[in-house]
Amino acid sequence: MKDRTLTNKIRPILLFIFGLLMLFPFVWMLSTSIKQGREVYSLSLWVSNPSLDNYTRLFTNSYFPRWFINSFIAGTIVTCSILFFDSLMGYTFAKHNFRGKKLIFILVLSTMMIPTEMLIIPWYLISSKAGWVDTYWGIVFPGLMTGFGTFLMRQFFDTLPDDLFDAGRIDGMNEFSIWVQIGMPLVKAALSALAIFSFVGNWNAFLWPLIISSATKMYTLPVGLALFNGEFSTEWEMIMTGASVATIPVIIIYIIFQRQIIEGIALTGVKG
Amino acid sequence: MKNKIKKGTLAREKEKWAYLFISVPVVFYLLVRFLPTFYAFYLSFTDWDIISASANWIGLDNYKRLFTDKIFYITLSNTFYYVLYGLPISILVGFLLAYNIDKVKIGSGLFKTIYFMPYITSMVAVAWVWRWLFQPAPIGIFNNILISMGIPMQEFLNSVEQSKGCILAATIWSGVGFQMIIFMAGLKGISKQYYEAAEIDGASAFNALRYITLPLLRNSFIFLLITGTIRFLRIFTQVVNMTRSSGGGPLNSAKPLVLYIYDTAFRSFDMGYASALTVILFIIILLITLIQMRVTRNER
Repeated sequence: MKDRTLTNKIRPILLFIFGLLMLFPFVWMLSTSIKQGREVYSLSLWVSNPSLDNYTRLFTNSYFPRWFINSFIAGTIVTCSILFFDSLMGYTFAKHNFRGKKLIFILVLSTMMIPTEMLIIPWYLISSKAGWVDTYWGIVFPGLMTGFGTFLMRQFFDTLPDDLFDAGRIDGMNEFSIWVQIGMPLVKAALSALAIFSFVGNWNAFLWPLIISSATKMYTLPVGLALFNGEFSTEWEMIMTGASVATIPVIIIYIIFQRQIIEGIALTGVKG
Repeated sequence: MKNKIKKGTLAREKEKWAYLFISVPVVFYLLVRFLPTFYAFYLSFTDWDIISASANWIGLDNYKRLFTDKIFYITLSNTFYYVLYGLPISILVGFLLAYNIDKVKIGSGLFKTIYFMPYITSMVAVAWVWRWLFQPAPIGIFNNILISMGIPMQEFLNSVEQSKGCILAATIWSGVGFQMIIFMAGLKGISKQYYEAAEIDGASAFNALRYITLPLLRNSFIFLLITGTIRFLRIFTQVVNMTRSSGGGPLNSAKPLVLYIYDTAFRSFDMGYASALTVILFIIILLITLIQMRVTRNER
């Protein structure tokens, strides 16, 4: 370990240069989104006349505001449902005993192995028969509960001592209030990680929303972006503006909650 | 005695609540996960095409068709190309990043933030940005760089040979942060005492890496191999968007299995055959998961 001092000096520099290369596509996207006219193809990161005209055009002349709202609504519904049901299910597996518990737990976990691609054809069939095409329900119903979230929450509830919950029983609380009032506040960290994952995951989801929405006004942001870009295939500044609109909210969430996100990801690896 | 009876009723009362709690999720998993799975298997033995009212049972015909379907072979081998090249590269890069960031004293938080950012970004947005980078000159920046270095312009996404590589570049860029975070969590779990002991014994940095770090990161490697394999097997969004004009690269050169499934089901409406293709994908993923379980169990 003699060459330590030298490598230790070079290391951050290399990581920094490589980091700039990693950031380059983001910077390029954002800088192009505020360029106008001929400058778009100037191959310079520096923007001499920055303007938000592309954003104004995008939000007034396209369905982008609607797609943005659609993504927000779908993401919110799914996230709320996951927070409620996955944690309720995880809590029940961790803190309750009932016949068939082990079997049901294994079945729920095994759903993580079923690829979405296999389910979309039956889901589409159900949705078209039931009239769920082009509805929010159609977009959200497959993701309302997840094996992953159930497993994650079970792991967290498992670490809590039983005495806490028994204390509630002695006080005469019913089982539902015990879960809501005693259990939930103690797993806030896990809940926030789960909330971020499911919201970001749904915000970025592409395959199912692409299939279930046929009316332009019911697209989610990624679907809208993909099809809009097909039409604007020569106006790269508009495509980069659309990509920025899809990316910026997630990056803001990421910068605010990066500790929870990174710890949550690391946890899935350790426990997985 | 009295106490025991009371406890018994309490336990039964608790069990009732438990069933109430799981009732809605159990119905959900049955209707939205298990029933559709079985239905996909059923459809794979039919010729259902959405337009006709009913599906006819055609036995193994869809599976027999796989053997003579050239596009199936192309897309399957493209998919394995993504796994076989993408997985080792992204695990290697992810490890190198984690190993070096772990050793940096200042700025490790900043590096983590930067390298992980692409992972949480919308794949559709990522694909369009990369598609732009790969455009011919004067639009695409990569070609401009090549030309300024005196290298002739490349076809990239419009080339049979290069399209898969372009897609891999974008995919690895977007996923490497995940690999890095998992490795960093693994590195954090290794006790510093091992390294201190190695240093006292005069072990080189390379030997410390070879005999301490790598063996103790075994679980991280296995986890990433499995999740990574599944991720690369299911590659779809980036290909659809990056090769939008050619629909999977020229001559299907970049088309993965999932895009073929999508085209078969939702462009040709050949639902029966598409279901058979999804069953193949399911079996591949299942086999890989079972191998993982076997490997991790042996270790215990």
